[in-house]
Amino acid sequence: MKEQLGEMRDKIFRFLLFFAAVIILLLTAGIIYALVSRSTEAFQEYGVWGFISNPEWDPRPATEEYGALSFIVGTLYTAFFALFLCVPFSLSVALFNGEYFKGKKISSFVRSIVDLLAGIPSIVYGLWGFYAVRPLVIDLGINAQGFGIFLSSIVLAIMIIPYASSLSTEFISMVPNKLKEGAYSLGATQFEVIQNISIPTARSGIVASYILALGRALGETMAVTMLIGNTDRVPKGLRDTGNTMASVIANQFGEADGIKLSSLIAIGLLLFIITALINMVAKLVMKKLASV
Amino acid sequence: MSLKSKSSINSRKGTDKLVYFLVWLFSFFAMIPLFLILWDVVSKGYKNFNINLFTKVTPSSMDALIANMNGDPIPGGVLNGITGSILIVGLAILISVPLGLFIGIYLSDNRDKKFAGFISYLTDLLQGMPSIVIGIIAYAWVVKPLGSYSAIGGSVALTMMMLPMIVRSTEETMKMLPPSFKESGLALGSSYTSVVFNILLPSGFGGIFTGILLAISRVLGETAPLMLTALGASVVNWNITEPTSALPLLIWDFYNDPNLVELVWSTSLLLLIVIFCLNWIAKIVSRKWKI
Amino acid sequence: MENIENTKELKPVLQLKNVSVSYNPGTFAVKKVSTDIYPNTITAIMGPSGCGKSTLLRAINRMHDLYSNIKTTGEIILKGKDILTMDSMEVRRLAGMVFQQPNPFPTMSIYENVLAGYKLNGIRLSKKEKDEIVEQSLKSVALWDEVKDVMSKRGSFLSGGQQQRLCIARALALKPEVLLMDEPTSALDPISTNKIEELLLELKQNFTIIVVTHNMSQAARVSDNSMFMYLGELIEHGNTTQMFTKPKNKRTEEYLTGVFG
Repeated sequence: MKEQLGEMRDKIFRFLLFFAAVIILLLTAGIIYALVSRSTEAFQEYGVWGFISNPEWDPRPATEEYGALSFIVGTLYTAFFALFLCVPFSLSVALFNGEYFKGKKISSFVRSIVDLLAGIPSIVYGLWGFYAVRPLVIDLGINAQGFGIFLSSIVLAIMIIPYASSLSTEFISMVPNKLKEGAYSLGATQFEVIQNISIPTARSGIVASYILALGRALGETMAVTMLIGNTDRVPKGLRDTGNTMASVIANQFGEADGIKLSSLIAIGLLLFIITALINMVAKLVMKKLASV
Repeated sequence: MSLKSKSSINSRKGTDKLVYFLVWLFSFFAMIPLFLILWDVVSKGYKNFNINLFTKVTPSSMDALIANMNGDPIPGGVLNGITGSILIVGLAILISVPLGLFIGIYLSDNRDKKFAGFISYLTDLLQGMPSIVIGIIAYAWVVKPLGSYSAIGGSVALTMMMLPMIVRSTEETMKMLPPSFKESGLALGSSYTSVVFNILLPSGFGGIFTGILLAISRVLGETAPLMLTALGASVVNWNITEPTSALPLLIWDFYNDPNLVELVWSTSLLLLIVIFCLNWIAKIVSRKWKI
Repeated sequence: MENIENTKELKPVLQLKNVSVSYNPGTFAVKKVSTDIYPNTITAIMGPSGCGKSTLLRAINRMHDLYSNIKTTGEIILKGKDILTMDSMEVRRLAGMVFQQPNPFPTMSIYENVLAGYKLNGIRLSKKEKDEIVEQSLKSVALWDEVKDVMSKRGSFLSGGQQQRLCIARALALKPEVLLMDEPTSALDPISTNKIEELLLELKQNFTIIVVTHNMSQAARVSDNSMFMYLGELIEHGNTTQMFTKPKNKRTEEYLTGVFG
């Protein structure tokens, strides 16, 4: 009798586990449905490509017209420039922790600092960017008020350093010692071993970590909202102000309705698709490059 | 190979030293922002960091204006933000932890099934979702039907953010347990359910608990999704269907109000202290409970 | 030190003088080892686990430099210069090493692996020079026929024995004065081991080889001279046949007859 009860319990428990997993499926499907269904109003009005390629964002009642291009450009500008800025720093941290000082005390200190950097909320980065970094940007003569792509990218670059360096560090430190010894025994310097052995062997993790850092940068909201200047047009360059897909939603969602709301949600859908694609690319890269 | 080698060996050693120096330099600069930010937050925040911060609700803009004009410290504190964060995050924990545990257990026990692989992929997808998009979803599913901003809306959003993290850390922890644990439990005639709750989960407690702490510390600082769901309130609110405040929301409110802007630093300081403490506890737990 | 077998000159190519290696201050893994290695000979270093034979070998190509707590003292004279005072990179071009675990670089093709020593040292070669070196090196390890059609592929599909021969080719491509081998066949099956032992006998015509081995029958099969180490000390060294038939030291005799191992 007891065994039968036990079996019954197991059946129920296993079903609950399975059902929990199904919830993820339902959740994802629900998210996609929610985004798509509420975007159709905007896409029907402007056409999918029409909406994506339109740089106009005009909420005035008489000339209401919405397009995503300004924000797509703003997002790409900030994210890629941030990625570009963060490379030397995150790569250095990865080499510091994974190669030069692997396993040493100073490395665990550096790792802790980088972990703390990752723990600072976006809004605090925004505050610091506004009060501490903006005056520097003004002094450098980038633009009069300090706001814009340049300022946002700097702060964004700092925010993604932990993401860009963590997978890289892991893969670099996993390069087998025997390979490195083989290279040293041929007379290579440490840098030559890094250049020819460590980095190529850790390649898949390094590239994936930068792709994932890019994904993070694309979706970042608060810090960017506070620093980018919030102008709804295509930025003319790094010195210009603008808006990203995430920041325009944060700024204008509150009182939006009708076609404006639908347009904002459509932008949310585009952002969702872009970050999902980035994640997929990162996984593919890890698989392909790792098949060494 | 010998005459040419001597000078080229020197230049190669030179390059080696240069790279070493650059790696030090850039790593150093990568860490500086942390200290700069901490310095700003602490030096500007300690002034208003007093008992009032914890016991009083946010002052109205008017009261703050008057205090500023008189040169008095701004009255009030962030009690509504503290209780709001506790309410919203607490609710999110109640939903996401059991759910995340179950899903993590399922994924670690069914590694070879295609369905599990697919769910794992979707979990990663959810993890990569920008927080503002999650806010949109929670708005559509809770705020719209309910007809008002609410704490529960915020909780739903934060649950969606915490869930993938908890699933991942549970799955990874369970995967690292030696298979002999499960096998010997079953060999003693125990049921699968019993093995999970009495052997596997307790053994993996360290990794699972760490994952939960990190998920909590992550969402405590989230602002964007709460802007679209919980909105904020100037009073302490325990009703989950009403608009509620949270610490990051208050920071945003203060930032946008010239009369209250002084308070951003002390509130940020409070938030950072809580987040860093959680991270620190997580580190200690993970070290003590190494499998 | 009598009857050391040497074929061409009486001058040793490598001399060890009171070489000691310590891992912590005070504890020595190698204690004052002195011996001469003659050109075109195979010298086997043998002894029980932990006797210091690998440690001694790795001192010769300065591998211990990679670990800050290890200190090496004494003199190691290679072609008239003390390698302990030279640049470690230069030393490693003169003394090539083959490790116990075959370690072809996984991100390079077979062709590139053979030339890895040149690439890592930044030495540029013309395509003609590269092809020549690759063919010569692979032929000298009897791998040329087996891989000449797949040289642009990565080496990971090769068998363990083939991978090890590739690593030997890679070390030999730099034309070192001395080839150091640290238990090169321990991780291989008997047939591959046999092939590599035959290879060593051929290679000694052009190279000087020192082989660390924990297998005394291998030492007996392959080497001209042997060194027997125990607890960090060099107990006996000399002509292999002599040592095996009439060992001078009691410990040597005990080791060779299996009293301990």
